Amino acid sequence: MLSRVEKINDFVIRLANVNGSGSASANRIFARSMIRMGIPVGSRNIFPSNIQGLPTWYEVRVSGAGHLGRRGGYDMMVAMNPQTWDKDVAGIDAGGYLFYDSTKPLPSSKFRDDITVVGMPLTEICNKQYSDPRQRQLFKNIMYVGALDALLGIETDESEALIKELYQGKDKLIAPNMEALHIGRDYADQHLKGAIGLKVKRADAVGDRILIEGNAAAALGCVYGGATVAAWYPITPSTSVAEAFAGYCKKLRTGEDGNNYAIVQAEDELAAIGVVIGAGWNGSRAFTATSGPGISLMQEFIGLAYFAEIPAVLIDVQRGGPSTGMPTRTQQSDLLLAAFASHGDTRHVLLLPADPKEAFEMSAQALDLADRLQTPIFVMTDLDIGMNEWLVDPLKWDDKKRMDRGKVMTHADLEAGKDFGRYLDVDGDGIPFRTYPGTHPDKGAYFTRGTSRDRYARYTEEGPAYVDNMERLLRKFETAKSLVPPPVKIDAPKPTKYGVIYFGSTTSAMDEAILALNENNILLDRLRIRAYPFNDTVIDFIKNHDHVYVVEQNRDAQLRTLLLDTGKVDPSRLTSVLHYDGNPITARFIVNDISLKHGMNKPPLKESVS
Amino acid sequence: MTYIAKPKLHHPKLPANALGFTRRDYEGSVSTLCAGCGHDSISAAIIQACFEIDLPPHRLAKLSGIGCSSKTPTYFLGQSHGFNSVHGRMPSVLTGANLANRDLVYMGISGDGDSASIGLGQFAHCIRRGVNMVYIVENNGVYGLTKGQFSATADKGSKSKKGAGNPDSPMDLVSLALIAGASFVGRSFSGDKKQLVELIKAAIAHKGAAFLDVISPCVAFNNHAGSTKSFDYVREHNEAVNALEFIEGKEEITIDHDPGTTINVTQHDGSVLRLRKLAEDHDPTDRASVMNFIQRHNARGEIATGLLYVEPDSEDLLDRLGVTKRPLNSLGDTDLCPGSGALEKINAGLR
Repeated sequence: MLSRVEKINDFVIRLANVNGSGSASANRIFARSMIRMGIPVGSRNIFPSNIQGLPTWYEVRVSGAGHLGRRGGYDMMVAMNPQTWDKDVAGIDAGGYLFYDSTKPLPSSKFRDDITVVGMPLTEICNKQYSDPRQRQLFKNIMYVGALDALLGIETDESEALIKELYQGKDKLIAPNMEALHIGRDYADQHLKGAIGLKVKRADAVGDRILIEGNAAAALGCVYGGATVAAWYPITPSTSVAEAFAGYCKKLRTGEDGNNYAIVQAEDELAAIGVVIGAGWNGSRAFTATSGPGISLMQEFIGLAYFAEIPAVLIDVQRGGPSTGMPTRTQQSDLLLAAFASHGDTRHVLLLPADPKEAFEMSAQALDLADRLQTPIFVMTDLDIGMNEWLVDPLKWDDKKRMDRGKVMTHADLEAGKDFGRYLDVDGDGIPFRTYPGTHPDKGAYFTRGTSRDRYARYTEEGPAYVDNMERLLRKFETAKSLVPPPVKIDAPKPTKYGVIYFGSTTSAMDEAILALNENNILLDRLRIRAYPFNDTVIDFIKNHDHVYVVEQNRDAQLRTLLLDTGKVDPSRLTSVLHYDGNPITARFIVNDISLKHGMNKPPLKESVS
Repeated sequence: MTYIAKPKLHHPKLPANALGFTRRDYEGSVSTLCAGCGHDSISAAIIQACFEIDLPPHRLAKLSGIGCSSKTPTYFLGQSHGFNSVHGRMPSVLTGANLANRDLVYMGISGDGDSASIGLGQFAHCIRRGVNMVYIVENNGVYGLTKGQFSATADKGSKSKKGAGNPDSPMDLVSLALIAGASFVGRSFSGDKKQLVELIKAAIAHKGAAFLDVISPCVAFNNHAGSTKSFDYVREHNEAVNALEFIEGKEEITIDHDPGTTINVTQHDGSVLRLRKLAEDHDPTDRASVMNFIQRHNARGEIATGLLYVEPDSEDLLDRLGVTKRPLNSLGDTDLCPGSGALEKINAGLR
């Protein structure tokens, strides 16, 4: 007998659509309707590098318990794309549901007998209702949202309210969309009652949380952090950072006599980082947003900014590499590229936000750190954080906070006779003073160059002067350890010798996985890393555990490489859990991989049974 | 060597400008270029021009790329901040610097390798954007620091020091600047200081992208017979199209002494460019005809010099972007941070 998944507020639905068919706004209404009912929902676009025609999916995780990462698998498929039918149907968890457009009959071989199939003649209904082909397509989307409302028990009022908000100002569109929603709902009510065992129930688990994409949040962080110059080159998945920055600035940064910001869409990434470095050199807070290929192009400039000590912020929305790789898929595979960007010996500060809220906070903080440390600061988000809407706590800003402009010698300082050496370590923290161009008629001018120089910025190729400077740069990097966000440690319910380290967008899946691991009696202390260079507590964490799993979304265990480089610990104590197929890591993957590896890592039983 | 500063002492009777500075106050470190290098003459012309227009040295920022030419900012205006950046990428750094503080004068120093080869894209794009700057290419047709390879401005058929002929067509930066929308384009010769000083003064006063292509022979690798960038060749083929006299706005403008052959161009800051015409068919305010004029001269192997094109009512990047009149680097927390109230409203719109 067919078993059915019966769940309330805890399931995954995947919708298969065709790119450019207008499904995105309909799917958003579907997910948000449940959030408006107080149920936490995590939603993700899985999309191709394409404007129209290729397959795209929207995965909706409904979790009353608040797990917003990917769980893995799906309980229901809304199959609206014939191109991907076979794969979409094959992926449904046993006992799950297939909702499809039953207008055209399909042979039984196209279905499975361990799932519940729910057909609705969407095309037939649309063709009857509408004559315009575009309307037939667009309203089909809203129609299935109406049907899903009825099937899952979503309150239609919420979907209706969202339609009104969406088409505010284009009021003519409201009535026909409402009509389509109702047609879908009414059909499902009349013909498909009780067909689905997945239900939603109004809850109070969302609170005052907001729904925001990481790219918009990072852009807003740059506004709040005081960035005045942005230079960028269009590249997926980072483009919307610059676009959002422009949008927010227009609203929030227009002064009486003009804009309190300047944005340049550069001719390429080399020029984008050049503009940022020029502005940083001249005392403006500046940033660029890009992805891995852009960072590759910027290498020479990043080395200059490191060596000449110029503040710069780079937001790297990571995607699948190398080369063009998978531009619309996610990865955490730029860590080493960013940490050691440039030829020669360099080390760069990386901030590792876990979600849009941290993308906001860390982008603002990056601007402070760049000025304080006079060096490039990378904010390493990824496509999963950047281009998906996440349900996060409201963004907060402390009005008492002031920009930290770092060590800048002013006209008054120079007038007072303070000794100015551009590369002089006066405080022992490796950070020298700088002056802005044009500060003083006859004091404080210096020449910035990529070639080596002495502590007073005078050109020299003398070995000891070069070494002196390189050693000071290392001291400065050491200083950075205490300025960057510290890691977050969460202990297991009971003392354990095992730990797990992870960062960034892995966090939400990890939070869910840890519960299942606990249930399986695999107890792990958790450490979420939020920055490189690593705070000393990171290395202590490794030393205090017999064995540590390092979970990351790349092939080559890049975080583990950085940990080994910093900590000089026995490599056999760090086991990698690597997910890098371009889709966000899932809780199931983490549980399975750690469970498998944990069997091998357990110390052998002292008394073997013979 | 560059770390040897020139002695500050100077003759007590050296003339001073309106700021009380002598010409020596506009100098930099001792040049490390070869004796007789055209680039040193250009540095001297920059010093002279800045001295004559009473520019406070620290209010100019000098930026360069990589190469012999890009070394020269060390040799003038020692009280200015300088930035010796990345090969071919000075334009973007200058653009960023300009955005950060609109109150300084920006001078970009580059060479033909830096701007016509590796940096051709950045050169064209910063001109296209109308960055308010003086962009000088010290053009010798050859890579000096790597000892004598042809650059992209070397003429087809021009001979290298070892006798090889250049097979490729030259990149004419004047033509490219005109196509890209430069609002001030001049060409000069390092051996003609009088012309060059006036062009630099006018370029500094100009608002927008001012480009100067200065032929500057390389005495070490490109000053032999058969080279089209040698002192002798350039002297023989130099066709000055006009004689420029730069008159600052604060001075009273006298009546044209030679009507018909003299054009007065008033720039946005009130400065007047008085041009005595030497070429009949050259109108410096008509971009299309200037492009035509340049092409005809190029075809004849003549080097047209002088103020080739000027747009008196030009605008710059900051105007186009609508940026505040205050330097962006002077804005503080209250100008930049919208505060928690605005954030609350944004949060409310995201539920």
